[in-house]
Amino acid sequence: MRRILAAIIAILIFIVLAMAFAKVPFGDVNLEDYHYYNPITNETTQDSVPNHYLVEGKNDTGATNIVTAVVVDYRGFDTLGEVTVLFLASTGVGALMYVEEKKKRKVKKANAVVETGSKLLFGFIILFGAYIFVHGHLTPGGGFPGGAVIASSFLLLYLAYPKFHAEHKKLNISESLAGLTFVIVGLLGLIIAGYFLYNFLPFGLPTYLFSAGVIPIIYTAIGIKVGSELTGIIDAMMGVRE
Amino acid sequence: MDLFTIVSIILIVIMIVSAIIAAELKDLISAAVALGVMSLIVSILFFMLQAPDVAITEASIGAALSMAIIIFAIKATKRWEK
Amino acid sequence: MTPYYYLGALALIVIGIYIVISKKNLIKIIIGLDIMDTGVNLLLIAVGYVRNATAPIENVPGPYVDPIPQALVLTAIVIGVSVMALALSIAVGIYRKTGTLEIDELLEVKE
Repeated sequence: MRRILAAIIAILIFIVLAMAFAKVPFGDVNLEDYHYYNPITNETTQDSVPNHYLVEGKNDTGATNIVTAVVVDYRGFDTLGEVTVLFLASTGVGALMYVEEKKKRKVKKANAVVETGSKLLFGFIILFGAYIFVHGHLTPGGGFPGGAVIASSFLLLYLAYPKFHAEHKKLNISESLAGLTFVIVGLLGLIIAGYFLYNFLPFGLPTYLFSAGVIPIIYTAIGIKVGSELTGIIDAMMGVRE
Repeated sequence: MDLFTIVSIILIVIMIVSAIIAAELKDLISAAVALGVMSLIVSILFFMLQAPDVAITEASIGAALSMAIIIFAIKATKRWEK
Repeated sequence: MTPYYYLGALALIVIGIYIVISKKNLIKIIIGLDIMDTGVNLLLIAVGYVRNATAPIENVPGPYVDPIPQALVLTAIVIGVSVMALALSIAVGIYRKTGTLEIDELLEVKE
């Protein structure tokens, strides 16, 4: 009875949403038509919003990856909010999953293939993750998938060795220092030029590694912070094992 | 019907079938594996829509870490849904 | 081209709503929340697609795809996984206190 009622409600919601999305065009759009209309002063600008980011992005920030320029330079304050949300989630999981010492679990020893494979692959996976967040302004990727790949390498070590534990003190130190770097770079921008997170280093030539001002520094800090937090979440949910 | 449309339709049908399988199984670990398969196919669809940043992020976070967290939570509670 | 991507993303959202309404196990409900998150992200990126255009990285010339929905979805994926981790740790805490995970048995434990 409950399933039939739920299925009818679901099909009704699907029909209403499909009728709403029937008028939205797919693929045949021209990006120069989306002008910004200001309802207060009742005027329309001559510049369209996506075209402005695509045309002016390389000169304003010096990065060739436009999504990186939008996430770190044009909308950098929202990235600071997101890093705060991840920090709150990691603290909450660590506080809720606290277990005393006497409730241990027995874990079987892993395969021989997994053990020897993890010894070879651990360094390479961390190198690949570091490559992704250092080259964030030139190639696709950035800080968030780089940190997730580093956390995946620690997950491999947890699965291969039953007695492995990442130390909490070192994870806390690295996470706090990386977060502090992000805020200090923003405050330096405030001191030098009057805006929080202003891009104050020289831009350089495009498609070079040392270019785009503060963007590589911010993405390195975000990559280390996200990697430490996701490793902390995995360590807390794994529980205490003997 | 060019090649882009045909491959998109096949992948979208496999994705919807995986989501329905994840809804209806009684074994929770098999439902978590079906969720991982669905995340992987969504990552391929993101790449076909010309968004490589989002594809890398969804593949590493949705298909690897999200599935691992669900399986750790299932091992601390019951495995079979009643 | 008729909008197959929109219908697929809306189907994922509706399957997620069906799971949250009609299932009784807490972990099944959390799996339904994750399916709904993924559907919304697919819908946002499918709106910003331009035909015969390439990815918004400027070493090749030519028309580009809209870069703004990709910046939104990059944030939304990470926030989705952190919400799910917190919800799963609350579910494990409920199991340790009362010993059950079905929501109709949890409504009777009101002492």
